[in-house]
Amino acid sequence: MKLDVNNISKYFGEGSNKKKAIDEVSFSISSGEFKTLVGSSGSGKSTILRIIAGLENPSKGNVKVDGKVVHGPGLDRGMVFQKYSLFPWLTAEENIAFGMNLNSYKLKEIKYRTSYLLEVVGLQDSASKYPKELSGGMQQRVAIARALATNPKILLLDEPFGALDLQIRESMQSFLYKLWKKTSLTVLLITHDIEEALALSQRICILAPNPGRIIKEVNVDLQKDDLNKLRLDPNFSKLRYELSDFLRSIQKN
Amino acid sequence: MISSKLIKRDKSFFLSLFSFGTEPKKLNKTFLQVASLLLPLLLWSVICQLKLVSELFLPSPLAVFYSLLDMAESGILFEDIFASTGRVFAGFIIATILSVPLGIAMGSFPSFCALCEPLIAMLRYMPAAAFTPLLIIYLGIEEAPKIALIFIGTVYFNVLMVMDSVKFVPRELIETTLTLGGNTKDLLFKVIARYSLPSIIDTLRINIATSWNLVIVAELIAAEVGLGKRIQLAQRFFRTEQIFAELIVLGIIGFTLDMSFRFLLRRTCKWAV
Repeated sequence: MKLDVNNISKYFGEGSNKKKAIDEVSFSISSGEFKTLVGSSGSGKSTILRIIAGLENPSKGNVKVDGKVVHGPGLDRGMVFQKYSLFPWLTAEENIAFGMNLNSYKLKEIKYRTSYLLEVVGLQDSASKYPKELSGGMQQRVAIARALATNPKILLLDEPFGALDLQIRESMQSFLYKLWKKTSLTVLLITHDIEEALALSQRICILAPNPGRIIKEVNVDLQKDDLNKLRLDPNFSKLRYELSDFLRSIQKN
Repeated sequence: MISSKLIKRDKSFFLSLFSFGTEPKKLNKTFLQVASLLLPLLLWSVICQLKLVSELFLPSPLAVFYSLLDMAESGILFEDIFASTGRVFAGFIIATILSVPLGIAMGSFPSFCALCEPLIAMLRYMPAAAFTPLLIIYLGIEEAPKIALIFIGTVYFNVLMVMDSVKFVPRELIETTLTLGGNTKDLLFKVIARYSLPSIIDTLRINIATSWNLVIVAELIAAEVGLGKRIQLAQRFFRTEQIFAELIVLGIIGFTLDMSFRFLLRRTCKWAV
């Protein structure tokens, strides 16, 4: 699998209100990679992800999955939003099964995959609970399981832990990291949190705002067996400090 | 010691009536709800007992009760109830069948909404009762104009309120469905209609009250039976106790309809209540 983002630009508004939100963004991800786009508000990071998901069209450029241009949403790209994305009238397992039902999977397969995914995200005991009975972290696990249920080639995460408390956020980061390790997923994560980007991903693209554009790509070579230990690693702190400083400096200009 | 105890008691019984957001204890709540109906009844009885108002204007609760019994015994009461609720249901159901899909479509498709909304917003401000003469000319004086009047009085409000509730469907749910391979049909039936169901039921609950009010107006059109018709007749013979009895029946049926919709909401949309 290869996802290519080719020189996409995006304008919002019309006439004199026309504003460039994204300027000539290009990057690519291949199978098994975990990549993160980091940027402040106004950097167009969500817009880039939405264009990749097919929820918005680029004004210029295109997105290709395995060489085929994206024209709309598709099952090859699974998406997880920051919040409000579970169907409140469905239980956790029904939420996970929703996409499979839409695509007329066989009943037996739906059952099997749902219980498998519930186990993967550690929610076997909450299978028949409604979203409002689940904590924010559990809700996001269901959303991730639901996105994985239809076997996407790539998982697109739009600040998935942004609405969670710090402690839950850290445990969800560990969860996502382990999930990625275990399943050899391909992940594209959007965040404004440098620490999150460093802890989880292999490569980081840093975006500058107004208009959004990539100004730096960083490889993350850190020992990541235990994310809690990683956060205490001096190399981690050094990188985090450097990148935070860098982000601040582009904010000022 | 005593005074502090007193204050505490005061607070739980009287001050609590005017304390923001504090739910009363279950028993207290039931007590208050029963009092809500019993207190006016008591006041009414006292006024009649002391003969403060002429019985011609304010019949006693007992006289009203006997009048109700009379009408029940002769069967008139049930004929009236049957006729009136039949009209309400007919008009209301036709309005619902039309307005729910139309409201969902208008809430979902902005262009379609631009096409329909100005017209409906204007029609809504034409009082349903003002259509009566036209309805008689078009449909005669049988059941049809009565049902049509109730329909007209309900349908526009239903459409606009359903449309509004559809606009509250979170964009994330719609986009999630699209990324999971859903099409427009899936969106309409499996997400939008489903998400708005609780507010649609609530809309129907609110608007059936309008239908119920209009049935009385509708029965001014040459009706033979009906609760509204009976009130009109009672006025002609100055039978205030019968008017009171009919009004109470109207209130009870309306209240029952309201409760049925609340029950339906709790039963079908546990996730939303």
